[in-house]
Amino acid sequence: MCANPTPPQTAPAPQVVLRAEALAKVYRTGPVEVHALRGVDLALHQGELVVLLGASGSGKSTLLNILGGLDRPTSGQVWFGGQDLTHLSDAGLTRYRRDNVGFVFQFYNLVPSLTARENVGLVTEIAANPMPAEEALGWVGLTARMDHFPAELSGGEQQRVAIARAIAKRPGLLLCDEPTGALDSKTGITVLEALVRVNRELGASTVLITHNAAIQAIADRVITMADGRISGDTRNAHPVAPSKVSW
Amino acid sequence: MRALNRKLLRDLRRIWPQSVAIALVLACGVAVLVMATGTLQSLSETRAAFYERQRFADVFATLTRAPKAIADEAAGIEGVAAVEAGIVLPAIVDLPGMTEAATARVMSLPEAGQPALNLPLLRSGRLPDPARPDEVALSEAFATASRLGPGEAIAITLSGQRHELRVTGLVLSPEYVYAIAPGSMTPDDRHFGLIWMNEAAMAESADLQGAFNTLALGLARGADERAVIAALDRLLSPYGGIGAHGRDRQTSHVFLDGELQQLGTIASLMPPVFLIVSAFLVNMVLGRLIGLERGQIGLLKAFGYSTRDVALHYIKMSAGIGVLGVALGLSLGWLAGHWMTALYGDYFRFPYLIYAPGAGPVVLSAVLGMATVTGGVLRAVLAAARLSPAEAMAPSPPPLFRQGWLDRLGHGAGLRQTTMMILRSIIRWPGRAAVTFFGVGASVSVLVACFYMFDVVAIFMDEVFVLSNRQDATLALSQPVNDVAIVDALALPGVRLAEGAFAVPVRLHSGPVSRTTTLQDFRPGAELTRLLTPEGQPATLPGDGLVLPDRLAERLGVRQGARVAVELLTGSRETWEVRVAAIIRQSLGEQAYMANDALFRLMRQPPQVNMLHLRIDPAGLPALHAQVKATPAIAGLTLWTDVKAEIDATMDRSMRVVTTIFSGLGMLIALGVVYNAARIQLSERAHELATLRVLGFSRREVGYVLVGEMMLLSVLSIPVGWLGGWGLAVLLHRGFSSDLVNLPFGITRHSYALAAVLVLGSALLAALWVRRGLDKVDLVMALKQRT
Repeated sequence: MCANPTPPQTAPAPQVVLRAEALAKVYRTGPVEVHALRGVDLALHQGELVVLLGASGSGKSTLLNILGGLDRPTSGQVWFGGQDLTHLSDAGLTRYRRDNVGFVFQFYNLVPSLTARENVGLVTEIAANPMPAEEALGWVGLTARMDHFPAELSGGEQQRVAIARAIAKRPGLLLCDEPTGALDSKTGITVLEALVRVNRELGASTVLITHNAAIQAIADRVITMADGRISGDTRNAHPVAPSKVSW
Repeated sequence: MRALNRKLLRDLRRIWPQSVAIALVLACGVAVLVMATGTLQSLSETRAAFYERQRFADVFATLTRAPKAIADEAAGIEGVAAVEAGIVLPAIVDLPGMTEAATARVMSLPEAGQPALNLPLLRSGRLPDPARPDEVALSEAFATASRLGPGEAIAITLSGQRHELRVTGLVLSPEYVYAIAPGSMTPDDRHFGLIWMNEAAMAESADLQGAFNTLALGLARGADERAVIAALDRLLSPYGGIGAHGRDRQTSHVFLDGELQQLGTIASLMPPVFLIVSAFLVNMVLGRLIGLERGQIGLLKAFGYSTRDVALHYIKMSAGIGVLGVALGLSLGWLAGHWMTALYGDYFRFPYLIYAPGAGPVVLSAVLGMATVTGGVLRAVLAAARLSPAEAMAPSPPPLFRQGWLDRLGHGAGLRQTTMMILRSIIRWPGRAAVTFFGVGASVSVLVACFYMFDVVAIFMDEVFVLSNRQDATLALSQPVNDVAIVDALALPGVRLAEGAFAVPVRLHSGPVSRTTTLQDFRPGAELTRLLTPEGQPATLPGDGLVLPDRLAERLGVRQGARVAVELLTGSRETWEVRVAAIIRQSLGEQAYMANDALFRLMRQPPQVNMLHLRIDPAGLPALHAQVKATPAIAGLTLWTDVKAEIDATMDRSMRVVTTIFSGLGMLIALGVVYNAARIQLSERAHELATLRVLGFSRREVGYVLVGEMMLLSVLSIPVGWLGGWGLAVLLHRGFSSDLVNLPFGITRHSYALAAVLVLGSALLAALWVRRGLDKVDLVMALKQRT
């Protein structure tokens, strides 16, 4: 089952931010071929919060990496706005990531030798239209801890720094790969609250990968993946607040 | 093979580029050690054997003329074991097909039997027949340079008489292993030679029948050389003795000694630099590897391997690098030693000179090389091996950073976050930064010390050939003559300007210290020869009193204003009390000077000259040479342009190659250090650097973090390297100075700059080479790992 790139006729048409067509990805290790993606079509709309669900090996991380410009598809195409990502050079993809994509990872990926503020500063120094690092940290409620090094912060705090770093550039696209995977449920919920808040208030289209089905309740739209294909794409008319979710 | 040993081999293979980089630095140290100590040993053993076999004398004396019976008296001096009295005279040589006049020292061969001391060693042909006054033997190097062999004819002018002679054989002499003309610095075999002639023929020519003008003594074991010299001086002073001296002032011996001292300095200074750097590199690289293998160490210990087994495993790993470095170093050192020895064979005329370092230097180098790598790894091994299995298997705690002065500085200066990453990494791992810092600094030091040698020669050449000696040629006269000769000299072909000079042998006394030298006059307003101030500028000197070179003043323990007794060693042999009026600097020799008027006033004689300095029109040179060959009053001709060309050629041949090798080795340190440091950085921070790429940093910007840290440390280390290089140069300089040569010390800005540029270039190359590894980091994989 594929996503429908055409928005409902009745509502005002939300703008398509990112569009993928017939994406396939094959990894070759010696004689072995692994088909990570087998023809994925997808459109992401302005400001929507999408939860991408699927078991390990279903292809969701591969899809996220291609959407984020970290990897190239073996075949198929991806457009961000009017730009075709599949034909961008390495420098072009770097530019795309720098200006348009915010990443949040399972293991935070903070630079240990930089404080929270400086980690966010890494991005604000190179982005085209960033917000001040302090403001980004304010969004995730870490104003009081911004001069601490990662080793002095809890896991949840580190992940919120990672979110602040991802949103500081005012990205069009926020990609989160298992952002709560390394956290206990209580801490995970505070991280999700931060994500939902920046999605709602900054309007960045957000894709959140998880294998935790409970999280789908907070999404505008839930896409399920299995065996390298999209196996389900449903709209959630009544997303709930993260505080109402538990696992 | 045991599993642990198999792991060892695989680990070594895995880190092979780093192992090779360390092994190369280690190899440099071992190679220099084997090369320098081996060459030193070969040279000193060859010299000792040659001196012994050819009975090289211990004491040397020159005089005007003494009857043979005086030689027997000299044999009676306590401590004297052998005496050889003979005749030595300067000569002008007219070689077939050569326009220029060559000069030579002609030495007598006794009428019967061999000389008791300073035996010439026959290399080809035969020695002259005592019954044939027209037969001579030539020094091998001179004959070879002039393409002369046994059976060929030469003509010489000896004591004003022309002799047509036939060459019978070619010889080597222990007195002239380093054969240079008086006042020169490098051998010029085309223009200066040695001739051995029958004593009777020489005596007849110089009116020295039944007499001698040179005396050599061999001393008994344990003899007091100073006492013998003092007794000999007393004995010879009525016969025009100008002061006897030991081997310490024998030209050839002094130059050889200087060379041996330099080799010794290189052998003791350079290898430690390389060995220490490689010890730190081993520590850095294997320390890091051991850090990564904490878990495996815990596992091995959990299986029941003892602390000793584990420690031994990693020591073996360092030994693997050590064996590679030592083997490479021994081979390189062996080759370099052969090459250096062959180079010495060009200047030092020994019957044979073979590089045979013997077991000593090889074993010493191997042991030091292995000790270096083992010592380098010991601390990291012991720390890891002592961990309890549980502790070792737990992940090591994340690095802690704290806010401090650096943060205030960084924020105050508005530094970018990538720059802050560089600074924090340096502060967080100061030991590792110090290895890079001092390693690169050592590289700069080695280069500065290399380039210093060029600078010294350049300053020396400038002093000698530009500032002091501006004449084209100097004529030595057989006898002092009235200074009207200066005007006569203007009539010689091609001569544009002539100035006279007069030198006389003297002994200077200051309290208990005395020193034999020559006293030379200087003439106010002289154009062609000038004396220099201690700072190396042309000096304006007082018209009265004694002018001493700084080294001679130091030896005598006197300063400006002190009084010195000047004992004239010819003619009236009177002694004057003279005030030291000025101190000058002099690179070659250590003559004393006095204004022309003052000197002849003291001597109570009309002004004379025994040297003529000339400025020549090159077009007139062939005619001048012909005139010199035909003028008996001229004992020798020095062409300063030839001397300069010969020194230049020598420097080109030997020094350029030696310094190229050493500077190559120096740059290798920087390459090895930065390569290893950058590799470690890359492997430890791959995750962090991949994150930067994901965040949208370009390859160049991420490379900046890696390369920037290396280059920052390298740039900071430059001044320290300069200082170290200056220190090394000062130590090397001691080896360059001798009784005959007092080279000026100096390192030019150009040398400092070139050393910095070469080292920074090497460091950048190594860092960029490692940076290429960033391109291979799999962004997606790196992000999946926990930090």
